[in-house]
Amino acid sequence: MSRRYDARTTIFSPEGRLYQVEYAMEAISHASTALGILAKDGLVIAAEKKVASKLLDETKGGEKIYIINDNMICGVAGITSDANILINYVQTAAQQYLYTYNEDMPCEQLVQKLCDLKQGYTQYGGLRPFGVSFVYGGWDEHHGFQLYHSDPSGNYSGWKATCIGANTASAQGILRQEYKEEGVTLQEAKNLAIKVLSKTMDTTSLGSDKIEFATLELVDGKVVRRIFNQSEIEALLKENNLLTKTEEAK
Amino acid sequence: METLFGITGKDFVITAYDSKAVASITLMKIGEDKSRELNSHSLMLFSGEPGDGVHFSEYIERNIKLYGIRNGIELSPKAVASFARRELADSLRSRKPYSVNLLIAGFDVKTNRPALYWLDHLASMVDVPFAAHGYGAYYCLSLLDRYHREDITEEEGIKLLQKCIGELRSRMILNMPDFVAKVVNKDGIRIVQI
Repeated sequence: MSRRYDARTTIFSPEGRLYQVEYAMEAISHASTALGILAKDGLVIAAEKKVASKLLDETKGGEKIYIINDNMICGVAGITSDANILINYVQTAAQQYLYTYNEDMPCEQLVQKLCDLKQGYTQYGGLRPFGVSFVYGGWDEHHGFQLYHSDPSGNYSGWKATCIGANTASAQGILRQEYKEEGVTLQEAKNLAIKVLSKTMDTTSLGSDKIEFATLELVDGKVVRRIFNQSEIEALLKENNLLTKTEEAK
Repeated sequence: METLFGITGKDFVITAYDSKAVASITLMKIGEDKSRELNSHSLMLFSGEPGDGVHFSEYIERNIKLYGIRNGIELSPKAVASFARRELADSLRSRKPYSVNLLIAGFDVKTNRPALYWLDHLASMVDVPFAAHGYGAYYCLSLLDRYHREDITEEEGIKLLQKCIGELRSRMILNMPDFVAKVVNKDGIRIVQI
């Protein structure tokens, strides 16, 4: 309809839409899922890995879940190379805050920092927006455990449970049904996360090599971030009876 | 000449500054304010180069205020002091560094503890139970070593401060005008009579 406006990333269409931003979100809807769930005593971020080939040499940590600083982690969905740029930026911003104030950056401010950057790419520069959505999980002394979601437009919001990437409609539906209004424990959140992930993943066989999983909680007053390794993920799958027969037979 | 004091207690910090403004051999003014409230629970006292003191402290004051307005939360005393120290450190390696000495007194409402930081114009910073800047330090730190305890009450703190000022009155060659004292505690910042 208004094709001739698409070439310029930073202008409105006659209907008042930003097509490039919408196209970025379309790209993300084809990426593998990542979700986050807030518990009373912690939070969970879980994600599906796209390619799990025998030939892949897993030297780098992971492609979906990243550590931002001592008190925050995040999951990404979208173009991995775009995500790397933004992760680098937000890690640097967190350290800049620590350098200035000698304290960890409050979670919402960190999210705002990244969102302000992403917004810039929708208004000036003539460059396309980043094709990444984030789900951030962190703890600070002002608001306790928090979960945020941001998208290529630079908008963000706080959530109790949310997901990004492919199949978010069905995943969000399951989360809405299963998440208890009064809050869940970290253990319940872990089980719910793995259950939702298994329902939304396209593959028939669920294996620990296709999942990335991380938790964040307080232990003795200090934030502890745990990125699960393969055997821990397998144990979680087993606990929830989600390990498929082909895996068990191995 | 310009003396600053800070004394922490169980749940407060009492600060005091002499209110003289001096230029060479002339007493320009009595009743000079050598403090700035950075946020509801942080107070900064400054001494040193007259213009630098006001310029630097107001710069810090408005930046700390801006943080509070932008983010809806107040910086803790430790963060406030770290920010001020960082600004002093950056200024140190510039063309003309700020020549100010500071005492930053605060009450951390999250941990319910008082905080006192001593900073100098070379951007050193230490977190201390009591502190002083200026010639007054030479006379009074020993008094504070002798009589200070970390669990003193506000009345005891005021008495201790009065002891220090009394020492200056009897031993410093120049007349010591009235000091202005301010207390920072969980309820905020207020002036006290000493």
